[in-house]
Amino acid sequence: MTSLQFSGVGVRYGQHDALNNFTDTVKPGEWLCLIGPNGAGKSSLLRSVAGLAKHSGEIRVDGSPLRMRSAKRRAQLVAYVPQSPVLPDDMTAREYVVLGRNPFISHFGTETKHDWAIVADVLKRLDLVELAHRAVGTLSGGEKQRVVIARAIAQEAPILLLDEPTSALDIGHQQQALELVDQLRKEHGLTVVSAMHDLTLAGLYSDRLCLLHQGYRVVSGTAAEVLRQETLAEFYGVSARVHHAEDGTVVVIPYRQGSLGN
Amino acid sequence: MRRWWIPAAGALALVSVLLGAMVGPAGPTWWRVPLALLDHLPLISIDSGVTSREWTIIWDIRMPRVVLASLVGSMLSLSGASYQGVFRNPLVDPYLLGVAAGAGLGATLVFTLNRSGSSTWIIDPLPLSAFAGGLLAVLVTYVVGTAFGGQKSASTLVLAGVAVTALATAVQTFVLQRHTDVVRQVYSWILGRLSSATWGDVRLVLPYVVVSSAVLFMHRRLLDIMRVGDDEATALGASVNRVRIVVVIAATLGTSAVVAVSGLIGFVGIIVPHAVRLLAGASYRVIVPLSLLMGASFLIIADIPGRVLQNPSETPIGVVTAFLGAPFFLLLLRTKQGTR
Repeated sequence: MTSLQFSGVGVRYGQHDALNNFTDTVKPGEWLCLIGPNGAGKSSLLRSVAGLAKHSGEIRVDGSPLRMRSAKRRAQLVAYVPQSPVLPDDMTAREYVVLGRNPFISHFGTETKHDWAIVADVLKRLDLVELAHRAVGTLSGGEKQRVVIARAIAQEAPILLLDEPTSALDIGHQQQALELVDQLRKEHGLTVVSAMHDLTLAGLYSDRLCLLHQGYRVVSGTAAEVLRQETLAEFYGVSARVHHAEDGTVVVIPYRQGSLGN
Repeated sequence: MRRWWIPAAGALALVSVLLGAMVGPAGPTWWRVPLALLDHLPLISIDSGVTSREWTIIWDIRMPRVVLASLVGSMLSLSGASYQGVFRNPLVDPYLLGVAAGAGLGATLVFTLNRSGSSTWIIDPLPLSAFAGGLLAVLVTYVVGTAFGGQKSASTLVLAGVAVTALATAVQTFVLQRHTDVVRQVYSWILGRLSSATWGDVRLVLPYVVVSSAVLFMHRRLLDIMRVGDDEATALGASVNRVRIVVVIAATLGTSAVVAVSGLIGFVGIIVPHAVRLLAGASYRVIVPLSLLMGASFLIIADIPGRVLQNPSETPIGVVTAFLGAPFFLLLLRTKQGTR
């Protein structure tokens, strides 16, 4: 299992600082969920790990700096699922999933039997065998999300980055997708960093939450520690009740501003 | 089923070559041609009944034309498919991007700068200059098209291509008006010389087509990766900019070289790759080899009616490709949508 360390990571777009001096350590096998309002810097942080945003400071994987790595080597360590992945409509699910093998194939090389075996295995594991030869444009939203996760799993990277993995899904498929990530994380010992808007789901599935606000890291801890009524009111500007269920689940329920608060 | 497409397209290409060798206004009876070709293979001896004069018609008039048509067709189709891949834009082809017009301008400049001195050159400057013009045109199209529309806009790139084509054509006209002595040379170049092809023409373009096709062929897997967008392709470890630059240079080199002998032949670069996609799927692993084979067949066959329709004069092949290509494309589009 692999750790991910951030020391003083900053991301700047032109004159705008999207992320400032972010320092944190994601332990091997941990699921860290980044929360925070729109524009807090969650996506910028994920993009800096994926090599898509220039950043200051240092990001280390198991202690060695990621910026020294080639794009290929980085992709062997980090798999990235963007918020709205580009799915070429007429590509089959199998053709799409095999793209995840790119980091292991030389520039002009082609997939080996080993690569196709991994793809077949991932398709089987994610219950996609029957969809393997369907064009991805014909799949439903939930199926598409499974195919995208399958591509990331085929990458066999120890670190999985998920940017809003459930934003386009209904409640049932949200649960399915997160259960799948959780199961894969346990099977493969993945270290997961995700950005999520649904605070209840974020608290339910991750080991630790980290709240960002306007590019700064505000607070980090368990769901019970981070999801507090005052904190949410201050940083999200939301009026919400926080309910602690008997099993330890933290439920965030917004209430109408006209009605009684508590 | 997919693996049958490549052998099938190979067989079609072979049949096309035979057809191309069999049809013409003069020469031996059609069925004697395959026998004559077999007879000239090593270790095979058949009495084909073809006289040596007729063999000259087959080998020195028809075959260079067939081979040149196959090279041109392959190259235009493969370049079209590659441009569509790296620009993630189904509408682009070598003509719409301004490559052909730029190559035409480059060639015109060589003619005006006194072509007669060029015989002392080791490498013919004509394809090189056409290549430089084509490359410059496609780069301007790309920079302008993406600067104003972003990479998501398919139409901006095409509009930029139209503008670059208009500009290159205008400059070419201006230059020609000042050098009226080379107008004939330039126009015969633009119209192409597929109909009077010699083995010399084949030798002139063959190296460019081989190099360009080989480079594009090696990029077929990376073209699939480019389809998920620059960000995701980068996150998958692909060097997106390097792939785009190498593919554009290779496709432009090949296109400019074939345009230098075939003249302007439209439709091929857009019809063949799309037909291949509709028939055999969207992966570049299939599109690249099939575009090569089907492009060759398409242009050999398209070249046949021109020889006999208005005998003794020739119908330009560009007219034939448009006439055959447009309805064929519409038909494919319709049947494929019906089955979905």
